[in-house]
Amino acid sequence: MANDILIEIKNLSMYFPMTKGIIRQQKIAEVKAVDGVNFFIRKGETLGLVGESGCGKTTLGRCLLQLIRPTSGEVYFEGVDLCTMASDHLRSIRQRMQIIFQDPFDSLDPRMTAGEIVAEPLRVHTRIRGRELREKIAELLKIVGLDPSMKDRYPHQFSGGQRQRLGIARALAIRPSFIVCDEPISALDVSIQAQIINLLEDLQGEFDLTYLFIAHDLSVVRHISHRVAVMYLGKIVEVANRDALYRVAKHPYTIALLSAVPIPDPIVEASRERIILRGEIPSPIALPPGCNFHPRCPIGVEICQKEIPSPREIEEGHWVACHLA
Amino acid sequence: MGILLQVRDLKTYFYTDAGVVKAVDGVSYDLKEGETLGLVGESGCGKSVSALSILRLIANPPGKIVGGEIFFEGKDLLKISEKEIRNIRGNHIAMIFQEPMTSLNPVLTIGLQIGEALELHRNMNKKEAREEILRLLRMVGIPDPERRIGDYPHQFSGGMRQRVMIAMALSCNPKLLIADEPTTAVDVTIQAQLLEVVKELTSRLGTAVMLITHNLGVVARHVNRMAVMYAGRIVEQGPAAEVYAHPQHPYTIGLLASVPRLDKPRKERLVPIDGQPPNLILLPPGCSFMPRCSYRMEICSKERPELRPVGDGHFTACWANMER
Repeated sequence: MANDILIEIKNLSMYFPMTKGIIRQQKIAEVKAVDGVNFFIRKGETLGLVGESGCGKTTLGRCLLQLIRPTSGEVYFEGVDLCTMASDHLRSIRQRMQIIFQDPFDSLDPRMTAGEIVAEPLRVHTRIRGRELREKIAELLKIVGLDPSMKDRYPHQFSGGQRQRLGIARALAIRPSFIVCDEPISALDVSIQAQIINLLEDLQGEFDLTYLFIAHDLSVVRHISHRVAVMYLGKIVEVANRDALYRVAKHPYTIALLSAVPIPDPIVEASRERIILRGEIPSPIALPPGCNFHPRCPIGVEICQKEIPSPREIEEGHWVACHLA
Repeated sequence: MGILLQVRDLKTYFYTDAGVVKAVDGVSYDLKEGETLGLVGESGCGKSVSALSILRLIANPPGKIVGGEIFFEGKDLLKISEKEIRNIRGNHIAMIFQEPMTSLNPVLTIGLQIGEALELHRNMNKKEAREEILRLLRMVGIPDPERRIGDYPHQFSGGMRQRVMIAMALSCNPKLLIADEPTTAVDVTIQAQLLEVVKELTSRLGTAVMLITHNLGVVARHVNRMAVMYAGRIVEQGPAAEVYAHPQHPYTIGLLASVPRLDKPRKERLVPIDGQPPNLILLPPGCSFMPRCSYRMEICSKERPELRPVGDGHFTACWANMER
């Protein structure tokens, strides 16, 4: 059991200080972007991470890769804690951990050709050069469904979906075992999204990849994930196997989130009950006392305003942080 | 119900260095009073440009409305003077946009911005306007309007800002509200709130709504009729329930099949639409969807299909006959 865990994070927090003043900077508050998060990801598995904008899911993904050094907590990759590791050691570990970004327009250098973009990680991390490198680039482009003859084109000559394929080829170049997919399809057209999801699934099987799939679209997350974690204001409120979460969600936030997803069928929609959450997402600077969700919770009681609920395992593998679940 | 808006063979082209982009190329549809029409399509299909053309808000150059007629309450909006169209904008036809932060003036309080429309179009004095602003803000569900009336846009969250936009759009009791991707920039729980507000208010005020979106779920919940656009043309049009139950155009069929659905068992594999969205400068002759279509036949590359009836008020622009 413990052996098949690739990544485990313990009590991970990332607080960003808010400062005042230019010469003598004073810390006046903290943004608790990630606040005491625990979870693990098994080898070959996809963990879906859902939540609304500002809930900290992207920050969590970056802390995991140590692209931002977290404030506190531990991130174990194959049993080694990355948070205490020196930067030069991290570099060798980074070969095995990659990231795919949301916006394929911003994350590719416009002055590099497709071939150069895919070659860059190989130049940095390996000794592959010359003909071998060219062959490798052609192979990678083919793997992600691009014609190798496109290697001399610049990013602006590709469509959105093709650009995302290029981003995936770059991430795959050095054969990582773990990829953080940070909203990889949100910027793409509906007709292209399914192409990229299928590609990610195929690659997972072919190269034995483990994914952290960050998204806000719950129907896509259900499709691609084996397990799903729901995040609200820096905390994980529910984690469960995909089917359990979508069938018997326990946290009122998860339930509301699921009911808010519109279904592309007017007949189904007409008869669907929808839980409309009151109010707005509070600012992560001034978090409410007690449960973060209580100001919007449709079922909250007195204790929710006072005590922060800690996650409990209510069924095997199904964790919920709610007093009432 | 009478017909409020009639768009006939609208063509809006953009003249760029790379060539002529036929963003909207022969689009026709009707909108009845009090009805909600969904205009669906992916980015670049021309749905926003066709809506902006109604209000003559196309930047010229590079854009130009090169043909067609837009009848609103019997008047052709493309033929009236600049002064007359200014009176239509905001007063009779209002519009809300995707990103409320860029459509609100950051240096004016929201009270001033809503009040401007009231003083301009409804000849109210300051005091009457203030009362009306408070009523509008309350109506769209902004808590504590007396305090918030003096706030600036940046002091509101994304969802609240969009509510301010809705209040502003409805301030002059327009006959038609054009909502261009109104919830794309906000989260799902906020999206649900906003769409309920729009739905409730417009049905109460009898406002017709044109809802432009790429989200098939939003359309399913909120519209009576829908038009699906692809590469500057409407490829399928009809009552929403009918189009979802019996889609007739391969593009609509493909779109509906490619999205995972929460109410259905999970599929092992998604069925994507092959290929890439077309380059609007180099459209293939014949049907623009042909290169990606799994039903294509010989005729598709030669002749462009026009909309033809396939059911009660249901039209498709496709040569193939689908099973129903």
